[in-house]
Amino acid sequence: MYISLSDRGKRDKPEGTRTALSSEVPFRLSPVILWLGIVSMVTDVSSESVTAILPLYVTGFLGLSTIAFGFIDGINQGASAIVRIAAGWAADRSGHPKRIALAGYGLSMLARIGFLFAGGFWAIAAIVTGDRIGKGIRTAPRDALISVSAQPEHLARSFGVHRMLDNIGAAAGPLIAFFVLLMIPNGFSTVFVVSLAFAVIGVAVLALVVPDIKAHGVKGTAEREGRRLFAFSWSHLKEPGLGKLLIAAGLLGLVTIGDGFIYLVLQARDSFAVQWFPLLFVGTNVVFLAFAIPFGRLADRVGKIPVFVGGHIALLATYLLAAAPFGGLWATVGCLILLGAFYAATDGVLAALASQLTPPGKLATGIASAQTVVALTRMLASAGFGVLWYAVGAPTAMMVAGGLLACAVVAVAFILRGARVAASGDSDDASNEA
Amino acid sequence: MSGALTEGKLRWGALLAVTALVLVAAGVYAVGAYQRFEESRTAASSVGVTASQPLPAGPFILFRNTASGQGYGNAATVPLASPDGPRAVSGQECDRVYGTPEKVVCLKTNRGLVTAFEAAVLDRNWEQQRAWPVPGIPSRTRISPDGSMIATTVFVSGHSYATAGFSTATEISLPEGTSGNLEDFALMVNGERLLAMDRNIWGVTFAPGESDVFYATAASSGRTWLVRGSLSAKTLTAIHDNVECPSISPDGTRIAFKKNDGGALAAHWKVAVLELATGEQTVLSEKRSVDDQIEWLDNQNLLYGLAAEGGNGDSNIWKLGTDPTSQPSLFIAHGWSPSVVR
Repeated sequence: MYISLSDRGKRDKPEGTRTALSSEVPFRLSPVILWLGIVSMVTDVSSESVTAILPLYVTGFLGLSTIAFGFIDGINQGASAIVRIAAGWAADRSGHPKRIALAGYGLSMLARIGFLFAGGFWAIAAIVTGDRIGKGIRTAPRDALISVSAQPEHLARSFGVHRMLDNIGAAAGPLIAFFVLLMIPNGFSTVFVVSLAFAVIGVAVLALVVPDIKAHGVKGTAEREGRRLFAFSWSHLKEPGLGKLLIAAGLLGLVTIGDGFIYLVLQARDSFAVQWFPLLFVGTNVVFLAFAIPFGRLADRVGKIPVFVGGHIALLATYLLAAAPFGGLWATVGCLILLGAFYAATDGVLAALASQLTPPGKLATGIASAQTVVALTRMLASAGFGVLWYAVGAPTAMMVAGGLLACAVVAVAFILRGARVAASGDSDDASNEA
Repeated sequence: MSGALTEGKLRWGALLAVTALVLVAAGVYAVGAYQRFEESRTAASSVGVTASQPLPAGPFILFRNTASGQGYGNAATVPLASPDGPRAVSGQECDRVYGTPEKVVCLKTNRGLVTAFEAAVLDRNWEQQRAWPVPGIPSRTRISPDGSMIATTVFVSGHSYATAGFSTATEISLPEGTSGNLEDFALMVNGERLLAMDRNIWGVTFAPGESDVFYATAASSGRTWLVRGSLSAKTLTAIHDNVECPSISPDGTRIAFKKNDGGALAAHWKVAVLELATGEQTVLSEKRSVDDQIEWLDNQNLLYGLAAEGGNGDSNIWKLGTDPTSQPSLFIAHGWSPSVVR
């Protein structure tokens, strides 16, 4: 079960050959990926159950205003993005991604204990921050573990399996929480206890079952000494493939507005969405989990870049449908399906692409860089879209975002076409891929 | 080899043990919590109550009962003359209430796998007249003095603290059944229309004797203003800085509000009163942070709710005179969202 990164050599074959391989090599799910999926599933049950009821808890139960949570969240997202790269780097440097991931999951678990005792605004803000930093720490090392455990021919599909399990948890969490509140109206402490229980199970599975896969560490102390903490992310821009992926992902991130805005547009349009507002997020997750594996398989077969770009075309369709002058049940459901498809085609596939384009020994850092670029550019996009929203109104703003997204998709198709050539050194598959 | 096998078995055993232990522990806790809830729901109320009855004929206080036991969370009334006497608890669960002699508006949470929120108008026999969904967690509500218009403010949250952050949605429901979202009104600050991204409007109060005029809070980029609204012109005009949740006095000359002197993150709201004619403001003696839309008991005294110590879903209604030397006193224990009805 101990797989070393030397297996990654196979992945460096030209894309054309690999396309053939993905149908020849039978898919066999690594137990490591299954267990990591289960860790993510129970952890998501844990975090999303609390997330779903937090606004009710803060306003209804503690009697606090919640506006300030918006500020806190901005700070958290920034902090989370920074620790993500640092954790990726630490995972690569130590050669033990599992230990770093365990630290992240462990921190989020400890934060949940705080909920049992929390009272005021600051206590909750601190706990939420701890939870998010834990999430920032664990993501990249965990994806690195998935990457080294997967069959290279089925990399995207393996990420798809993980993302499916992850989203089962994300969809189940809010339902479990609301079920508890349905049975016990002020039962927030019960939700916190249940959440903690799932967090403990997640950490236990990771600690006890997932092997400590040795990824390539930095060779020799001399090289170790030579590395500086903040030199790593820029150095990645020099990796020909990854640099272009980061630019492409950043460009697309800049025109990806937050889901919250899409839900608000839907809600402003018809009363159906007002009533079902809390479930829009669950609906998106359900679509995400349903498509995660099929889109992963597709990415392994036809190439990850076309699927990644195609996902953004689904997002473009979401914008257009949300901006359309008609509302109602089917328009809302259609938006959720397209939005879920966008995530299914991009989230795991991005991690797969990043790990494919990253040299061994920098795997977690490479994945972290890609995810951080996406997170930060999406934050900027949300802020910018907010301005646009009030300046020209929701439908027009949506159309503008759609127009920019269309331009970005075209640009990215060209950028990544080049990336493929540079990464594989095989100009033939550029025509297959891009 | 057998050592590795034993170690593997040990790990699986440990995982099973941990999983079983935490699930059983959480289950036991949940069952215990459910039993405690069932006991408290069926237990006699911890305060003196009388059976549900129509709205009183004389002046009364309408509020949300937060005393544990039967009727927790339900709308209740006490006569204005004896606020600490037994309360008449209705069968209507409300998070936030406001009333006139003839009707009650009740913002409530419909718990379920899909938790939704609703505004309901009840008649004086607590029968529901009409109801409409609201897009978030109930925060404030007011009825215009003539009973024709209803303002609601709710907290809209995305699915989480992760996406759009928090914002408010404030609507005024007009007698014709139409409603206006105040975020669509033109917000004028210093004579210029403000188009910032993070505009939020909350806490409407209707001016007595004027059918078109109301006051509310508008906020953008960390600044808050008292705005004077016109329903016909669809405008909100900023008239004063740093005023939140305004509440106009029965004589229409003063506005009681909460004034933040703690910054955007660590909000601490003082109770203050603003003279509309002169713009002179007085900060009152309450030391605790008051996060409520204040209600006028009469032209000299204010009422507001504060969460009880321990934050277990209980709260109390306090009374404070508008004279700066006045000290807060407990008005109704185990209550929230007071509405003075004459």
